[in-house]
Amino acid sequence: MSRKNPDYEGSKWQHFAQWTKGEYDPQKGKLETHPPVKSKKSGTDIKGYLRKMWNENKDLYEEKQEKELSLFEKIYFFVAILLGVFITILLLVTVSHLPRFGDANAPENNEVARRYIEKGLEETGAVNIVACMILDYRAFDTFGESCVLFVAATCVLMLLKSDGKEKKDTESEYVTRRSEILRPAARILVPVIIIFGIYVILNGHLSPGGGFSGGAIIGAGLILYLTAFGFERAGRFLSEKNIRIITVLSLTFYCFAKSYSFYTGANHLESIITPGTPGALLSAGLIVYLNICVGIVVACTMYSFYVAFRRGSF
Amino acid sequence: MTLVQNFPFFCIILSMFSAIISFLLSGRWAKVVHVAMLIAVFVMSLMTLNVTARSGLSYTYMMGHYPAPWGNEIKIGPIESLMATSFASIMLLSVMGGAWHIKKDIDEKRLNLYFIQLDLMMASLLALIYTNDLFTAYVFIEICTISACGLIMARRTGRVYVSAIRYMVMSLIGSGLFLIGLSLLYAITGQLLMEPARTGLMLDIIKGAYLIPVSVIMILLTVGLGIKSGLYPFHTWIPDAYGYATPASSAILSSLVSKGYIFLLIKLVLRVLPYETAPGRQMDNVLFVFGVTGMMIGSIDAIRERNVRRMISYSSVAQIGYIYMGLGLATDAGITASLFHVISHGLMKSLLFISAAGLIDSSKGRLDRNGLQGAGFRNLVAGIGFTVGSLSMIGMPLLSGFVSKFMFAEAATQAATVKMIIAWIALAISTVLNAVYFMRMVLVIYTPDDSKKTEAGKEGGADFFMEKAATITLSALIIVLGTMSPLVIGILNNGLDKLG
Amino acid sequence: MGTSVFTNYEECASVILFVIGMMNLLLQSNLIKKIIGLDIMDASVYLFLAAKGYIEGRHAPIYTDGITDASYYINPVPSGLVLTGIVVSVSVSALMMALTISLYRQYKTLNLDEIMMKLRKQESEEFIALSNKTEGEGSK
Repeated sequence: MSRKNPDYEGSKWQHFAQWTKGEYDPQKGKLETHPPVKSKKSGTDIKGYLRKMWNENKDLYEEKQEKELSLFEKIYFFVAILLGVFITILLLVTVSHLPRFGDANAPENNEVARRYIEKGLEETGAVNIVACMILDYRAFDTFGESCVLFVAATCVLMLLKSDGKEKKDTESEYVTRRSEILRPAARILVPVIIIFGIYVILNGHLSPGGGFSGGAIIGAGLILYLTAFGFERAGRFLSEKNIRIITVLSLTFYCFAKSYSFYTGANHLESIITPGTPGALLSAGLIVYLNICVGIVVACTMYSFYVAFRRGSF
Repeated sequence: MTLVQNFPFFCIILSMFSAIISFLLSGRWAKVVHVAMLIAVFVMSLMTLNVTARSGLSYTYMMGHYPAPWGNEIKIGPIESLMATSFASIMLLSVMGGAWHIKKDIDEKRLNLYFIQLDLMMASLLALIYTNDLFTAYVFIEICTISACGLIMARRTGRVYVSAIRYMVMSLIGSGLFLIGLSLLYAITGQLLMEPARTGLMLDIIKGAYLIPVSVIMILLTVGLGIKSGLYPFHTWIPDAYGYATPASSAILSSLVSKGYIFLLIKLVLRVLPYETAPGRQMDNVLFVFGVTGMMIGSIDAIRERNVRRMISYSSVAQIGYIYMGLGLATDAGITASLFHVISHGLMKSLLFISAAGLIDSSKGRLDRNGLQGAGFRNLVAGIGFTVGSLSMIGMPLLSGFVSKFMFAEAATQAATVKMIIAWIALAISTVLNAVYFMRMVLVIYTPDDSKKTEAGKEGGADFFMEKAATITLSALIIVLGTMSPLVIGILNNGLDKLG
Repeated sequence: MGTSVFTNYEECASVILFVIGMMNLLLQSNLIKKIIGLDIMDASVYLFLAAKGYIEGRHAPIYTDGITDASYYINPVPSGLVLTGIVVSVSVSALMMALTISLYRQYKTLNLDEIMMKLRKQESEEFIALSNKTEGEGSK
């Protein structure tokens, strides 16, 4: 005879069985959610009048719209599919006329790429050829690229930055509940992630990696820290003001350092920047410093994207 | 290299640096920095123009220590510095003219972010004007797109977000096409700089290799930039984007952003893409047809539109059609006329947007024709500005619009007979259509209204004064450009062979 | 069709993905799907560039054992371009997502068609309100 649990309905096993079937969610109602939006009451006379006027014409208006829309949509869809097929065929034909995949004699493997490889070490001191190409030969592009990140970050801030007055009501909704797994794991992982990120940035001119990848890694570590420990603890050193100052300082350094090298280059002046000993950590002229700047900018941007998406303010 | 020759590079770096530093400043100081930067860019570009136009000098400026096919470089000539000068002045006047609305539409905390977008917009426009490298052009196209989106959505209403997302979708398709065209170009030439890429393409054509890829590259690059500048079949985002943003943004977007892409396309046509070969001739014809259709459709849409700001936006579609028609004529005179129209349309459009905003303010925010009745009496300066802009659009002699229409007509005589006849007919019909909607508007704003005449309810006297000053300056510039056109045309004619 | 169609698998796949992404960006009315389309489109171009940079039997462009011979490494230029491109596409996606969030907060839907519908309704209401207001003032 089997023992029967009198409280079978509420037992853990029953919950587990239900959870495997997808009927029960232990986290339901416990995770952080967006604050409920309070609907505004609209009670003024003119609005009521308008509502009435609107309702009188609504059916007619919407039905007509729907009919027009469906016909228009059909045509639109058909034309779009035709266009898509046409572009695909056009591009496939083009690709079929390109040089063979992996061909060493393809036109793009010309004197430009050859010089980057053959003279790169001697002229810039960087072991990573891609790093020496994007941060020295084609540095203007890369400065533009950092500015793309910067302008996107300001745009996102402009859109999602909270106005301050709604902050007080919603603050409690965003506090992370204490989690038994997340915090201990984060305590171990965050330092490791950030140190790895710093390693990737500092060795950007010696091994695969560089400012962008390393910055993204550090940004991920900071986001994990924020998720685990909440805004209050993260905000102690990652406040909005600090992030702004750090970003501006790194971009300013980048701007002036590269301006110096552009100016001396264009005017055929002697530059004080030397390649250094290849392979050493502090070699390759400006590349290592630029990598650090780019890394800081990327990490700060990633972190502020996350903060802006999640709460809107630091 | 003399100091003046460094100025274009200083302009680009200065505008980027002022964007970076504005991140720490308050809104008011960001505005001061922005205006100071624009004045500095204007003065430096004017000095460069002085040097390059007098001596007919055209030179490349290395961005770094490495020569042509390895490092980045920018190229400076008379036309480039003329464009930089006019872009800086138009942006300065638009920001001045929209100052009151910027204060009203954008809250204090976000003001510095708005000026960052403006600074980077100027930087990207300057870089598009000067760059001699295709990938740099791509990066700055993206900066231009993102900051333009920022300018549109700065007003933060639901309507504007929808406009911004529609703008972004079309723009991103444009830049995606540009990027894949660029990758194909790299795959068959191995060059990213403009002149070496052209040499590679011409060699391929002579050898008879990669003929299909060459035509596809031309299509992709042209269509990509065409979508981004609002060429006719891809113009659906224009009225939304220009019609609802804050007036300074609308003025800058319609008079500068699309023109930056068009100028880049003109540079590509002259410097990279083999437009003089057989497939290039066909592309010219396609551009011509789209341009002419855009002239017609844009004007007809504008006639049907009730909202005055959307009407002005549709008129942009028509005017961009003019520019592409000039390109499609495939003659030097046609390209010169297009370049002249880039400047002249920039001035006219920002004047129209700013004076229309002034008229709308004096009519309790009404945007439709009935509401604007008598607005010309309520706000005299805006009324005069709107009239000057409209007359110039129609092609009144002594105003810059007349000169550009005259140049288009003259350029058409040198083209093939069919194109000549089509261009003339299109110009005539488009002038009539322009007259229909602009004259109708001018008549409406000067129809006496029985409501009280004065509407001086605007606070913030300095900004309001700025609006008036900008309107008057823009009107004066249009008249100056109309009467002193030989000077500008001379610079364009002399510089054209150096642009290529 | 040219001769390389059976050797250029990578390029063929990337152009097909490009068109798929572009059509998603253009046709999907759901904003999140639009953003996914955008990312597919960008990623396909990077696949194309990476494929163009590859040369059979050569090594990654990082100097090993002091060899500075061009025939030992692949072409480094496309890798650099991909690096730049990725950053651009990250920024653009972030901006699109921020716009999507703002639109969702305002209209409680991710469907662009529905948003357009609501907008049209709102606009006609506003227009009625505005003309009522001005007419009311005029009659006083």
